[in-house]
Amino acid sequence: MSEENVQTQKTMKKEIILKGIPASPGISVGAAFLFAKEIPRVDERTVRDEDLPHEVERLEHAIQKSAKELNKILLFAQMKVGDAKAKIFEAQIMVLEDQVLIDTIKQRIRKEKKNTEYIVSDEIGKYAKLMMRAHDEYMHERAHDMEDLQNRIIRNLQQEKLISKLEGSIIVVAHILTPADTMILSRNHVLGYATDLGGTTSHAALFSRSLKIPAIVALGDVTREAETGDLVIIDGYSGTLVIHPTPERIDEYERKREHMMRFEEELAELKDLPAVTSDGHNVELSANIELPQELEYVVLQGSRGVGLYRTEGLLIGWDDFPSEDEQYQEYKRIADRIYPHRVIMRTFDIGGDKIAPEMAEEQNPFLGWRGIRVCFDRPDLFMNQLRAMLRASTRKNLAIMFPMITTIDEVRKAKEYLQQAKADLHARNVKFDDGIQLGVMIEVPAAALTAALIAAEVDFLSVGSNDLIQYLLAVDRGNSLVSALYREFEPAVLTTLKHVINAGHKQGIWVGICGEMAGHPLAAPLLIGLGMDELSVVPVVLPEIKKIIRSLSHKQMQEIAKTALSLTTGKEVEKYLRDFLMKALPDLPLDDTTL
Amino acid sequence: MIEREVTIKNRSGLHTRPAATLVKTASKYQSDFVIIKDDMEINGKSIIGVMTLAAEQGSKLLLRFDGPDKEAAAAAVIELFEHGFDE
Repeated sequence: MSEENVQTQKTMKKEIILKGIPASPGISVGAAFLFAKEIPRVDERTVRDEDLPHEVERLEHAIQKSAKELNKILLFAQMKVGDAKAKIFEAQIMVLEDQVLIDTIKQRIRKEKKNTEYIVSDEIGKYAKLMMRAHDEYMHERAHDMEDLQNRIIRNLQQEKLISKLEGSIIVVAHILTPADTMILSRNHVLGYATDLGGTTSHAALFSRSLKIPAIVALGDVTREAETGDLVIIDGYSGTLVIHPTPERIDEYERKREHMMRFEEELAELKDLPAVTSDGHNVELSANIELPQELEYVVLQGSRGVGLYRTEGLLIGWDDFPSEDEQYQEYKRIADRIYPHRVIMRTFDIGGDKIAPEMAEEQNPFLGWRGIRVCFDRPDLFMNQLRAMLRASTRKNLAIMFPMITTIDEVRKAKEYLQQAKADLHARNVKFDDGIQLGVMIEVPAAALTAALIAAEVDFLSVGSNDLIQYLLAVDRGNSLVSALYREFEPAVLTTLKHVINAGHKQGIWVGICGEMAGHPLAAPLLIGLGMDELSVVPVVLPEIKKIIRSLSHKQMQEIAKTALSLTTGKEVEKYLRDFLMKALPDLPLDDTTL
Repeated sequence: MIEREVTIKNRSGLHTRPAATLVKTASKYQSDFVIIKDDMEINGKSIIGVMTLAAEQGSKLLLRFDGPDKEAAAAAVIELFEHGFDE
């Protein structure tokens, strides 16, 4: 080693290797970008004279955007959490309209020639500190409100900067990412996502998988270890993140990436072949989508249809709910693109962690106001959506599905709404598919238990395995303290799936599964063996699942299911499935891609 | 310049809503309006300032008005305090 090299070695930062949960496959090497949302970091910067008007303009935009957000939240809060809690937002909105405060900030920017973030945080922070000084719980709460407001404005300032000023490719490092964050960030060239928290079924994970960007969640401390600009390797196959990698490490991962790409090429050859078992049993293999942008990718991946279109993806980036016409345009475009195959559209499944966690702060959002419950409480939105879907159904390749059904009354009530929507369209003389297929998501244990009753009311059942498993096992999949207990192969899960399948088949209707489990390479043969007629999977894994289906016989899969049902622990089931597949399909990169 | 001392009469003190009423009323006038409490001096036309006063029932404030319409401003503001902000 030359002396110069030794010198470089010494000044190079030490390599740090972090392990998380792989959430989306792929390998990238690039510069980290620290996306701090919770408490934005504010640096003090001097601004050149000619840039001062721009700083003031940025302030105005950020205030406008913050006011818009807060008004939306206020409306929601008044409707759902009551006036007392809504007052918090009211006070924040009033402060945003405080002309004296805003003028002071503007004057300070011009006079002190500092960046807007710094002045905002200093000026509002001054008041927050004074409020904290009071010996009064009420005032302490107001101080926190002011800090929230300050953070919101700064976040809006930084996001704006982020969208307009980020250049080059980045690997986003964050504490946690909301769907909206992921959306905004995706306008840049993102090579990967790495987060401290989150599970593989968090929205950011689903999103990155659909866009084929590597992602790792539950890394624990990545935001503390990595800094903006640090070179990192993200390996979404194994869930490994390397900060300050050595040149040897980069080579190692480049080789791994090439190997994985070759395997993926192999899969691409299956694109136009049907998902049929080696003994001729046909499986309906379709894809889940959330955004219309994913459609082309779905087609490219060789999907025969869309088994789950999460329509709430439409709401991202909208200040209001889209109108019936706007929704119709979108639904029609999707139905046309997928034709002659079928698209199953799920009505808005909002609430829970899905759209805007800050809108309605519920103690227990997964047991709260979400899915069909929201639809019933907002019949105006629900009816708009149903009419839009019906109007897009003229080619008879569209089916409607209701989320979060718990009881049979809810199924009947939802059907009444659909009848009403049909009557409205009749009255307006608008065409639609009168025989449109109707299904429900089986994701609440109560619905799984009464699947036989529900099956009598609908045309198909689709198991939403993410929620069903988390409700069955009482594990919050987004809580990294317990997410390891979220195990899809627990006997309780398999027994429940078998029960639902039998209930559907007895009524002569088909049963599918559209959760993450369907795209799990170990689970796919088991599910088909249990009797699932349809698997709807994230597009990125579709070719791999197809390869598995085509490599095994239906008879083998039924044997697998029988054995799996006879085992007594989830670990045994998983080991059995892994051993079986490793023997039957030695090429499959099982250890790495298993989600 | 007009200076007047007032006492907070309403039960909830100068909390968000009375604070908003106060700011709204004072902002109708051109005159500067300053509120002084203990060692704190804040602009009475700024909601964040008034909220920061944490003036509970019974506390005393010094109000200072200065400008072309100071008499009218003082009258309108003092009336609010005397009626306990109609709470």
